[in-house]
This record gives sequence, C-alpha cells and structure tokens, in this order.
Amino acid sequence: MIIKAIISVVAFLVLGPFLGGLLAGLDRKLSAKMQRRVGPPVLQPFYDVGKLFQKEKQTPTRFQDFYVILFVVFIIASGVLFFMGGDLLLVIFTLTIGAAFLIIAAYSSNSPYAELGAERELLAMMAYEPMVLITVIGFYMYGGSFRVSEIMAADNMAFLPLIGIFFGWVFILTLKFRKSPFDLSMSHHAHQELVRGATTEFVGRTMGWIEISHWYENVFLLGFVFLFFANGTAWGWIIGIVVALLTYFFEVFIDNCFARMKWQFAFKSAWVVAVVLGMINLFVLYICF
Amino acid sequence: MSAAYVTKSPWVVHYDGSSCNGCDIEVLACLTPMYDVERFGIINCGNPKHADVFLVTGSVNEQNKGIVKQIYEQMPEPKVVVAVGICACSGGIFKDCYNVMGGVDQVIPVDAYVPGCAARPEAIIDAVVKGLGVLQAKRDAMVKAVDAPAEEVAEAAAEEVATEEKKAGAVPPIFTMAEIKVNTMDFLKK
Repeated sequence: MIIKAIISVVAFLVLGPFLGGLLAGLDRKLSAKMQRRVGPPVLQPFYDVGKLFQKEKQTPTRFQDFYVILFVVFIIASGVLFFMGGDLLLVIFTLTIGAAFLIIAAYSSNSPYAELGAERELLAMMAYEPMVLITVIGFYMYGGSFRVSEIMAADNMAFLPLIGIFFGWVFILTLKFRKSPFDLSMSHHAHQELVRGATTEFVGRTMGWIEISHWYENVFLLGFVFLFFANGTAWGWIIGIVVALLTYFFEVFIDNCFARMKWQFAFKSAWVVAVVLGMINLFVLYICF
Repeated sequence: MSAAYVTKSPWVVHYDGSSCNGCDIEVLACLTPMYDVERFGIINCGNPKHADVFLVTGSVNEQNKGIVKQIYEQMPEPKVVVAVGICACSGGIFKDCYNVMGGVDQVIPVDAYVPGCAARPEAIIDAVVKGLGVLQAKRDAMVKAVDAPAEEVAEAAAEEVATEEKKAGAVPPIFTMAEIKVNTMDFLKK
C-alpha cells in the first residue's frame, strides 16, 4: 500500500507537468482548429516556459516571489496528497491555501491590474468553493470515507449516484481552469481589460513557475473527474481516463464558444449549480443510502 | 549557447504611437486565420512585462515619447523592437510636422524596420521572425554576462549584438533607409 502510494506520488511529481503541458498544448492546437487556424506546435507551452526561464529577473517586491513559491508548493502538495490516496478534505484545504497565496502574491505587487485580477480571483474562489465542498461531502456520504485510496478501491462507481455532483464539478472546472465564460481574473487570450489580470506583474521565471503549477493543478483537477469512475477494476480506470480527457475537450469547446461574463453571473450561476445539482444530489443520497 | 527557447515563443506587445490605424489593422490581421502568427508561437500578449517583441506603429511625438520609453523599459531582457510602417521608421509623411520627432529610433533602439503604408502582414511577420536572430544574440550576451563585471558586460553585449547583426546580416532592414526615402518620395508624388 505504502509502496503503491510512493509510486503514484513520484509519477505525479515527474509526469504531472509533462501531462499538464501536453494538455495545455493540445488545448491551444484544438482552439486553433476550432477557429480554422493552423495553431502552434503541441509542445509550444514547453517552449513558452523555457523562454520564461531565460528572461531577465524582474520583480516589483521581494515578497511577491516568496508568495509565488508558497503557491507552487501548496498546489503541488495538494496534488501529492490526492495521488498518495490521502484525505479529500485535507486535499481541498491545501488547494485553497495555494489559491489564496496566488491572490496575496498578486496583491503584493500594488499594480492596479494585478489587484483587480486578485479581487476577481477571490470572487471566483467564493463562487466555486461551495461546489468543491459539496463534491467531497458527496464522496463521503456515498462511500463512507474521505480517503482517496478507499474511494478508489470501492466496489461501485460513484458516478451514477453522484451524477448531479459530477456535472456541478464539471461546471466549476471552467472556473478553476479559468476558461471563458469565467476567465475573469486572468486569461490566456490576447486582450482583456485587465492586461493580464492577476499575473500582470509576474515576470520571467516567476511566470514560468506559475505556468508549471497550473499544469500540476490541471492534472490533479482532472484526477477528481477520474475519481467518479474509479472502482478498482481496469474498466473503471479506462472509463475514468477517457471521461477526464473528454471533460478537458469539453472545457476547451466551451472556452471557444463564449465571451467572458461578468463576475456577478459567474458567482450566481456557480451557486445556483451548487444548490440545484449539488444539494439535491446530497439530499437524494441522504434518503437512499 | 543556451537552448534556443527565446526564438520559439516571441510574445508581442503592440503600441500605436500616432498612426492612422492602417498599420495597426495590419498587425491585427497577422493574428487572423489567414496569416495565423501563432504558428510560430507568436502571441499578442498586451502586457509589456511578458513581452519579448515590441511592435510600434506610427511616429513618435512629444506627447507619447514617455509612453514608448516606459513600455520599452518595462520589458525584461532580452527584447527586440520592431518599427512597423513608414511613420514608425522615419516619421513618414508627418516627418516635418512641428510636433513629430520622427521615427521610433529617436527614442528607443530599433532592431528591425518594416516600411510600407500600410505595412503588409507578410512584411510584419518577416520582421518579427528576423528579429528573433537579435533576440538570440542578446540572450547569449546575457548568459556570458553572468560571470563578467558589469561595465565589461555592457560593452561586450553592445559589440556582440552589433557584430552578430553585421556578420549574420541577422536584421537587415527589409529596405535600407535610402530606399525607404526613395519609396516615400514616390508615394508622395502619387
């Protein structure tokens, strides 16, 4: 058991950024195809990060780098806790602390663009956090355990009993991936009213580390999608991975179909989804199990 | 020599000095499916702190010289400046106006000139891609600079860039300044 946990943690630490970077490259290629463009090479995100590490160091305040390092550490730590089969509650709290450090880093620069981006990131957090909690509670109510290793080894797929929560999770993934219509705090697309939002003041290698931790984060968030299908058999693995990839494709598709919405819409819709899909699903679980 | 990532993902920041918007529209045309500069990893990022290439359109005047300078100074090294359109190259037809200082090179060092009124998207892409040679040279100078004392470094970097440019012909202006003047005169006669 311990050996298995160590192997999966090492696999996450080593393969996580490669997988995340490849997914980011596929995202850009797919987006280009959807817009009838040729698009960059699939390895473009790696070139970008390589370039960022070759740029001059520039930082508005030395505290910013400190917070960015903490952001990277906590995001990777939450992924590690998840893949070693740890406690889901601990995982999401670590993830939240990581996200909080990104916001503090953006605030610390005193740049008006970064501060507005940080405020919007806070609003996005408030929007998605209830659904994250409901997801974890749903896993507990169905399987009777918060531990990822026990959920993975369960006899039944959690997907059907948690179907409302699954779609709620897919909804907030748009917020977590910062895709349109909810890319209000920072966007990968060219022009926006906040320059680059929360990441405006991150230069060179600092920005490189932010990108790498986003790759880790994306892989780990898709791991959550996988968790809905894991039931200890090979079929659970295959279906889980296929659905996780389909979910990613769906997010890219949504990204290309929508313009950015205001934060009010992001906030309201995320809470409506959490209440309608999440709470009703929890209620059904409470009655049936 | 370090791995050549700098040439593989040039991010662009675009500033309109005081052009008629003709060149700006051509710059944006480069992003469309027709030309699709993202093929080369070029992104229009709109943030000088993330940018490697500074595209300036229009001439520089007393009002905006501070802004052009500030954007240039906010960009982290290595960086390249491309003057897009005849106004950005020399001031163009506005050269003799009382408030116009002339081309962008009056305020910041320019690495590649793209003449034309308006500059064609093909020429703009060509200039950015040629600017990558300078970007690599500047990056190599940065790597060498790590061990050497500061003053030597500055001199060496300047020399390095100059010789690289001469040797490889890395960034010949697509036309020389003399040709640009002739072209401009022709344009005016028309």
